[in-house]
Amino acid sequence: MSSITTTVAEADGRIPLRGHLRHTGALIRRNLLWIRQDPESMFDALLMPIVFTLLFVYVFGGSIGQALGGGQGQYVQYVIPGMIAMMSMTLSQGVGTGFSQDFNSGVMDRFRSLPIGRGSVLFAKIAVELARMLFATAVLMVVAVLVGFHITSWPGLLATVGLSALFATSIMWVFLTLGVVLKNAQSVQAMGFLVLFPLQFGSSIFAPPRSMPGWLRHFTDYNPLSTLADSARGLMNGGPIAHSVWMTVGWSVAITVVMAPVAIHKFRTKS
Amino acid sequence: MTRIDDNPVGAGHAVTVRGLVKHYGETKALDGVDLDVREGTVMGVLGPNGAGKTTLVRILSTLITPDAGQATVAGYDVLRQPRQLRRVIGLTGQYASVDEKLPGWENLYMIGRLLDLSRKDARARADALLERFSLTEAAKRPASTYSGGMRRRLDLAASMIGRPAVLYLDEPTTGLDPRTRNEVWDEVKAMVGHGVTVLLTTQYMEEAEQLASELTVVDRGKVIATGGIEELKARVGGRTLRVRPVDPLQLRPLADMLDELGITGLAATTVDPETGTLLVPVLSDEQLTAVVGAVTARGITISSITTELPSLDEVFLSLTGHRAGAPEKDATPADARQEIAA
Repeated sequence: MSSITTTVAEADGRIPLRGHLRHTGALIRRNLLWIRQDPESMFDALLMPIVFTLLFVYVFGGSIGQALGGGQGQYVQYVIPGMIAMMSMTLSQGVGTGFSQDFNSGVMDRFRSLPIGRGSVLFAKIAVELARMLFATAVLMVVAVLVGFHITSWPGLLATVGLSALFATSIMWVFLTLGVVLKNAQSVQAMGFLVLFPLQFGSSIFAPPRSMPGWLRHFTDYNPLSTLADSARGLMNGGPIAHSVWMTVGWSVAITVVMAPVAIHKFRTKS
Repeated sequence: MTRIDDNPVGAGHAVTVRGLVKHYGETKALDGVDLDVREGTVMGVLGPNGAGKTTLVRILSTLITPDAGQATVAGYDVLRQPRQLRRVIGLTGQYASVDEKLPGWENLYMIGRLLDLSRKDARARADALLERFSLTEAAKRPASTYSGGMRRRLDLAASMIGRPAVLYLDEPTTGLDPRTRNEVWDEVKAMVGHGVTVLLTTQYMEEAEQLASELTVVDRGKVIATGGIEELKARVGGRTLRVRPVDPLQLRPLADMLDELGITGLAATTVDPETGTLLVPVLSDEQLTAVVGAVTARGITISSITTELPSLDEVFLSLTGHRAGAPEKDATPADARQEIAA
């Protein structure tokens, strides 16, 4: 064995914390280089906030705004916090498809035959995806202000971004698991839509659930996307927040506690 | 190159495999494999597709775990000491790969950092290895733009970053054209010169002879022969005679005639339409002479005649009595020939 190895690993091969940070850093760099190599991969993060904001504000804004007792301006205040919640979930999908590609290209075999913690590969993916999400949120806020959104509370906005990131991280474990288990990126995407669509539209993101039938309201009340959207609205526009924030934190912790070990286990034992 | 070994754990063997078993449902990918690779040597593992070669390499790289049996690499147990083991191996092959979206240099730098080199050392090592594998000019280009040969060279460079004690080469030249294949062979030979132990899997007798000093022949998860290359060649005893008639229309009749005469080796005589040649297995000098005699007696003009190593099929027929990867039959080599000729 060469001399370099003795200074960085314990005798039992355990990796010290600094080693984990170094490995995760090297893999984050890799994922960022992917973006530089393939700028189109940022299109969704760039265009989704623009397209969705314009669509919802100008297509539904008038009529839902009226139902809210105001107009389009009222709807903008309603829907923009919801969009932050929506994007946190939609963009989380990227970790699954990216992961699936890694497995199919064989580069994952190389990573798994290297003396690095298996978690480093997962954490690096999550970190880069969170950065993408922050970028998308920034784009969203610019568009939001352009269509007339009033940022009434900057701390509220920051808290919203933080809460969304927490929830998104928990959802990413689900998509990482799908990325490991399913055969290719297309299946991950298809499966993702099946999960995402009901959650997104069966929520309070785009319209208040007041007019929905009872059975659906039960679903929307407990849907974590509703609680996240309600939290975002409370934090950014003012209003009650305690219940929805705690529900969202609870969901995030619960999903992470269940899915992170599953993802790591599946990753470790994938043959 | 034999080395006197003073490491009591490895006991002179860089890789030791005992009774390794791996099943995928009904398929026995490995069915009780034993293997010893001496330090500083190249062990060739020869076998057809599906023989279990890749499964063996994946177990020895800790990518999958065996159902039964033991294996140690550089003294580390694959099951109990995977973390230490990963530090001393390098992996190159049909599956383990480079990141295509990353430039060559970035691939090597990343792996250097993952192997705990300092930034400075990782940079220097990436530069040096690109230079050594003649990839400096392509350093900044994404690996997806590389030719097949360049990809394999980058693969080799990537597996050399950690200065591994044991290197796995899983079918390093499968799918490469002959010129590129020779390039890769040259690189492998140079690496072996530096004292690394190599486990090479291949489907080609020629590749095994070029690179390996010892050979293990596997089929359907079992070792069917093991020994030095020369020893095995002597046991197989065969060669392939490549005959090119001036008139390509003569190829088929000539093949039929030789099979009818029964003066050839174990495998069937085959026609290679691309080169317009006939591949005739022969087991001895006498057979070789008889084949040449028969062709001459037929009055066929020949433009070239060369001898080559026995094909994988010939090796298998001579060692096991059945074709590579074919279902097992209780057939002696002589029966096997009749069966194929029929």
